[in-house]
Amino acid sequence: MTVAPERARPTTAGVPDARTAPAASSRAGGRGRPPLGLLAAALVAAAAAAIPLVYLLVRATESGLATIITTLSRGRVLEYAANSLGLAAATTATALVLGTAVAFVLTRMRVPFARTWLLISALPLAVPSYLAGYGWLVVIPGLNGFVPSWLLLTAVTVPYVTLPVAAALRGASGDLEGVARTLGRGPMRAFLVATWPSVRPAAIAGSLLVALYALSDFGLVAMMRFPTLTWGINAAYSASFDRAQAATLALLLVVLALVVVAGERAARRQLPRAAARAVAPRTVGRGMLLSMLPVVAVAPLIGVGVPLLGLLSRLLEAATLREIDVPRLLEAVGSTVGVAVAAALLAVLLALPIAALAARYRGRLVTAIESVGYLGHALPGIVVGLSLVFFSLAVVPALYQSIAVLVFAYAVLFMPKAIGTMRAGLGDVPPRLVSVARTLGMSPLQAWWRVTVPLALPSVGIGALLVAIATMKELPATLLLRPTGVQTLATELWNRTVVFEFGAAAPYAALLVLVAAVPAVILSGVRSSAKEEL
Amino acid sequence: MRVSAPLSLTALAATGLLLAGCAAPVDSEQPTEPAADGAFTLYSGRDEELVQPLIDQFEAETGIEVEVRYGNTAELGALLLEEGDATPADVFLSQDAGALGALSQAGLFTTLPADVTDAVPAGFTSTDGSWVGVTGRARVVVFDGERLTADQLPDDIDDYVDPEWNGRVGVAPSNASFQSFVTALRVLDGEDDAAEWVSALAGNSPQIFEGNSAILTAVDEGVLEVGLINHYYWYGLAAEAGEENMRAQLKFLEAGDAGSIVNVTGAGILNGAATDADALEFVRYLVSLEAQTYFVEQTFEYPLLPGVDAPAGLPSLESLINPELDLSDLDDLATTQQLLADAGLI
Repeated sequence: MTVAPERARPTTAGVPDARTAPAASSRAGGRGRPPLGLLAAALVAAAAAAIPLVYLLVRATESGLATIITTLSRGRVLEYAANSLGLAAATTATALVLGTAVAFVLTRMRVPFARTWLLISALPLAVPSYLAGYGWLVVIPGLNGFVPSWLLLTAVTVPYVTLPVAAALRGASGDLEGVARTLGRGPMRAFLVATWPSVRPAAIAGSLLVALYALSDFGLVAMMRFPTLTWGINAAYSASFDRAQAATLALLLVVLALVVVAGERAARRQLPRAAARAVAPRTVGRGMLLSMLPVVAVAPLIGVGVPLLGLLSRLLEAATLREIDVPRLLEAVGSTVGVAVAAALLAVLLALPIAALAARYRGRLVTAIESVGYLGHALPGIVVGLSLVFFSLAVVPALYQSIAVLVFAYAVLFMPKAIGTMRAGLGDVPPRLVSVARTLGMSPLQAWWRVTVPLALPSVGIGALLVAIATMKELPATLLLRPTGVQTLATELWNRTVVFEFGAAAPYAALLVLVAAVPAVILSGVRSSAKEEL
Repeated sequence: MRVSAPLSLTALAATGLLLAGCAAPVDSEQPTEPAADGAFTLYSGRDEELVQPLIDQFEAETGIEVEVRYGNTAELGALLLEEGDATPADVFLSQDAGALGALSQAGLFTTLPADVTDAVPAGFTSTDGSWVGVTGRARVVVFDGERLTADQLPDDIDDYVDPEWNGRVGVAPSNASFQSFVTALRVLDGEDDAAEWVSALAGNSPQIFEGNSAILTAVDEGVLEVGLINHYYWYGLAAEAGEENMRAQLKFLEAGDAGSIVNVTGAGILNGAATDADALEFVRYLVSLEAQTYFVEQTFEYPLLPGVDAPAGLPSLESLINPELDLSDLDDLATTQQLLADAGLI
């Protein structure tokens, strides 16, 4: 490498970074004291997100330090941890590269049916990981171990990168890239120098979601027989009902997640964002196009196509085809959509103060609040579910096993999906506009409501949609916390697959994917960046 | 503004304390349950498809309303431990004896009347009357019927760790029923033999699975030759796929072998429902002729009530019963887990 990309020095944690690029200055917070109201709201949200952590500490420590050490030094715990971390790292790296490539193809090249392709590339989000694993096992029964876990996890998580990067690319400065090309850089180098900096925050925020998803996933690794920490946690609950042991392993998972979150923060800070200018897609040759489209198709094929085919073949094979209970199916659809909408709203409300704080201010407290906000996403659903059982029985026993507590649990679990995108969206709003509004006599709150909110709204929408999709697919916390008798598509699906009624399960699986695909499709069309509006 | 580390730590700690403070047990006066209000809540670790018809039958006969919460036995067990005395559940129907033992040890069950616990043979129920066994499930060897025949398979679990089976056997060491089997091995053959068996297994490149159904599916798909599971999983899959289409076949080990122990599913009444006549009536119903027949016909499990025939095609329960083994001897799970951990299996 002869010419290094223009790279700002990595900044020391907590020290404001004084740079002059407009977008950069918008993120260079730490200048003011966060408004007390915002800080208080963010603390409340962080307290909600910390419930599982408190629960785990209580459960892990009640048996004493000796037991904790025994658990951690036990046979395969280190191997489990290494497997978790390795899987998360590999999945994240692949999703980052593939997602960025797909987004690049779909936004920078004149692809026939570009809109449809983008929509297709969002579909893997709608497939629960356990369903993807199951579908593949039907097609290739012997699959197991690291490689299939890695590839499948990548396939179902890659839209977390593709969608925000595509949105950012549509607003990024392609002309700079053209300049770099005319100065003799190859396309790859030109992309890295000119375009990558402007999509990097979006790509990194998406990668964080991928990494946390990979750490917390249980369904897929169980199917693929790849023992990770979530496997150990589940075994502790199911074989010995040893909550202390399970909590200790879950705390280890929390530590890994905090490492990931810290890594994301370090990566996010290194580069300034470039000025924005929309750029039109370029026409490319047919050969180029034909070689690029497989890149776009690979994740939907692995994550959606093959699993659904596998499920379909099981449906056709099934000797006992029961009649579909339509009212029951519709009821499950109704409750699934209902809790998903409620969870999305609540998660966005909780994530908003944390995102606003993280977008504009720095400091250890802000860092701590933001990190805690991400915790739920790194923990398996059963841990968050049990922690909410513990919490609601102690604090609001009257609400125990009510929809309210269930929705709250979803918000704790999936709040992180909203924090990242909303932080990026809020950070993109030029502070100058807010200053102008202030000089025109608006109060800070008015300025925020009239200027920041409208500009950041698309990113709020993305966060809400991501939460809604995740909620629809969630199983373990739903099993624990739902009101007795309430069924979602995921619980109905589970009900049938545990007794091998694949024929009866198939309609529920198909509907689950279909229902979750609706927000995924909307998501593929949302323009994430406020810059596009400017 | 930079907030100092101590301050942020204090804030976090304060948050924790706040939550922990909230979590302090609320002083609640225990309302005494009415003796019979015609309704109770059941936590069912058995699946809805299998159990709901039986519950419908019970409701129709008695007029008692059953509110059922379905879930996985392990998760419901953990849930009940977490809920403690605040649980809305009156009865727990569990898929395995391990969960019942854990809840019984935590003191969550009330003692059942003798006429209920005496309905089933002593080896298949709790020793202290805290829960009652409802059906039996035998440990079996499942094998690929296209590559092997039943007589090519050893009759003794010890032979399955011979070098000849290297890499060919699937197990689920983190699964409760596997751990019960290893515990039985310890009780029947002694600690040394059990440790030897476990380390021989570990050294024999076993295929590790998460649970019984994953093993069964792998055998049925022809990607695994032999696996250790519970018998009724096979019947569940056969009911869906058609018995004639099953590639996987079952082999029962020699009577008295630890590899063929019969474990149970069972039910207990939670403390809060100690005086709830409806809950008791349901548990009594589970060990009645009617319910036992239902389990035989619908879930292919062994009835525990004397005089009810085992499912067709299965060896009789009497031929599997191990007179030297009492299920309540299987409660020392910790040593078993240590054994498995030392061998690197969990």
